[in-house]
Amino acid sequence: MSPISGETLRHLQRVLEEPELEGDRYRLGPLLGRGGMGVVYQATDLALGREVALKVLRPEFAEGAADVRFRREAQILARLEHPGIVAVHDVGMLRDGRRFYVMKLVRGARLDDSSQRRSLPERLRSFLRICETIEFAHVRGVIHRDLKPGNIMIGEFGEVLVLDWGIARVLATQPEEAGAAPATSPAAGDTASGTVLGTPGYMAPEQQSGQIDLVDARSDVFSLGAILRDLAAESDPAPRPLQSIWRKAMNPEAGDRYSSAAALAADVGRFLDAQPVQAHRETWPERAGRFYRTYQTAILLVLAYLTMRLLFLAGRGF
Amino acid sequence: MHTEPDTRAPRVFPSTRESLVRAFTSGDPGVRRAGFEALVAAYWRPAYAHLRLRWHQEPADAEDGVQEFFTVALAQEFFSAYDPAQARFRTFLRLCLDRFAAKAHRAERRLRRGGGAVHLSLDFAGAEQALEVLAPGQSEEHAFDREWVRSLFDGAIEALELECHADGYEIRFEVFKQYDLVTDGEAVRPTYRAIAERLGIPATQVTNHLAWSRRRLRVLLLERLRELCGSEAEFQDEAVTLFGVDAA
Repeated sequence: MSPISGETLRHLQRVLEEPELEGDRYRLGPLLGRGGMGVVYQATDLALGREVALKVLRPEFAEGAADVRFRREAQILARLEHPGIVAVHDVGMLRDGRRFYVMKLVRGARLDDSSQRRSLPERLRSFLRICETIEFAHVRGVIHRDLKPGNIMIGEFGEVLVLDWGIARVLATQPEEAGAAPATSPAAGDTASGTVLGTPGYMAPEQQSGQIDLVDARSDVFSLGAILRDLAAESDPAPRPLQSIWRKAMNPEAGDRYSSAAALAADVGRFLDAQPVQAHRETWPERAGRFYRTYQTAILLVLAYLTMRLLFLAGRGF
Repeated sequence: MHTEPDTRAPRVFPSTRESLVRAFTSGDPGVRRAGFEALVAAYWRPAYAHLRLRWHQEPADAEDGVQEFFTVALAQEFFSAYDPAQARFRTFLRLCLDRFAAKAHRAERRLRRGGGAVHLSLDFAGAEQALEVLAPGQSEEHAFDREWVRSLFDGAIEALELECHADGYEIRFEVFKQYDLVTDGEAVRPTYRAIAERLGIPATQVTNHLAWSRRRLRVLLLERLRELCGSEAEFQDEAVTLFGVDAA
């Protein structure tokens, strides 16, 4: 047999990856993106007449640990009902044995694609929404473990969505979790000790070294610190209090980081409100500068008044 | 020839097979040789493309180069030095080929075959015909990778055809060939209805046969890929190259 042509090869590469939806409820649309384990397509839900996002496991991951993680991702998403977490509508298995789940179609841009067009306060307000979402998950015992700008989506109306919960870890049963599905118990499909999953540059040291037992909410705080660093780095130079905040969040020692995403968000919120932040001890010039930025209008008015007054007095003296 | 669709679903996922890469370190010469032959089947065309495009060799020289490279590799057990922790096997093989090509002297290329050496019966004319000109910005490594993917697909398609014939379901491969293997692109790809009329089967069976063939081809591809990788991580990494072209 003679070799297949380049065009035939590209056709086959595409159709072999595509989910087989012939005769099903969904009609396949364009490819939206690829993640670590899955491929996301736009699709039309023919039953409800709406556009959705359909995520299907990549062919090479169709069995084993990745398959379990993919199923857990759908279950975790389904139980985390929050505006910052994309809603899952349906789960299922394709005829070829690959799992898929259907979720709300989010239109927008990844955080790393959208942040350059926005001011620092706007970026920081988005960061606060990310922290709120992660705090919500932490309270329910779920650690994301792969937070990075590529996994954050900024919607058309500024809404913030945290994506890709594929390697999330469910911690020991939380009070809210009583009666939760067995598949979300800590051991089901969880990563074995020594396994490193995540993204270098955003992973906490304990996660990078495969010390799974030490991974907790503070590991996500580390990743949030890395995201904050990236967001602030686009302002040159980044304000020193902000630098102190992300350095504290990214402290190699988990015990020296913020204890929660909420605590980190509170400090960023203080920075936005021109209040002193906990992570940074201000020098006198910094305090004066912050005081000036906070009361700039009043200070300028007083200075203008005093200048006028001095000029008036000086005029009378002559 | 059967025309009824087989209700037996193809085995969807490849079983874990012993890696061919590991076969090079086997103490059994038969295992080493079998591994080598399978490896040649997957890599001779990428090697040919690499010598033609990266080293600008004439077709006849590239043919000799490929023959000699694999023969010397077998005789000197090049591939037993491969360490999966260091690099992908594909990268390792390409580096071996580059070193070989750099050292080779034209006068030395004439092979002194004998002893345990093999003569490889390879379709160089077909490889030359399939060789695609590099697009602007594409590296020679891209050509090597593309030919490697093409070799894997060609091997899996051949295996699919043999399976269909062996099982008496030639119709499946015929449908697959008429729809997925059209050589002139999307513009002339026939409709399911046209294929059904041509083959005298219902259009629904075209859908079924095509779906079955693609599923089975996916399995055969992944099986071959797994054989060619030294580790599970490499397998998963390489699969990204195998599938997933961002075609519109």
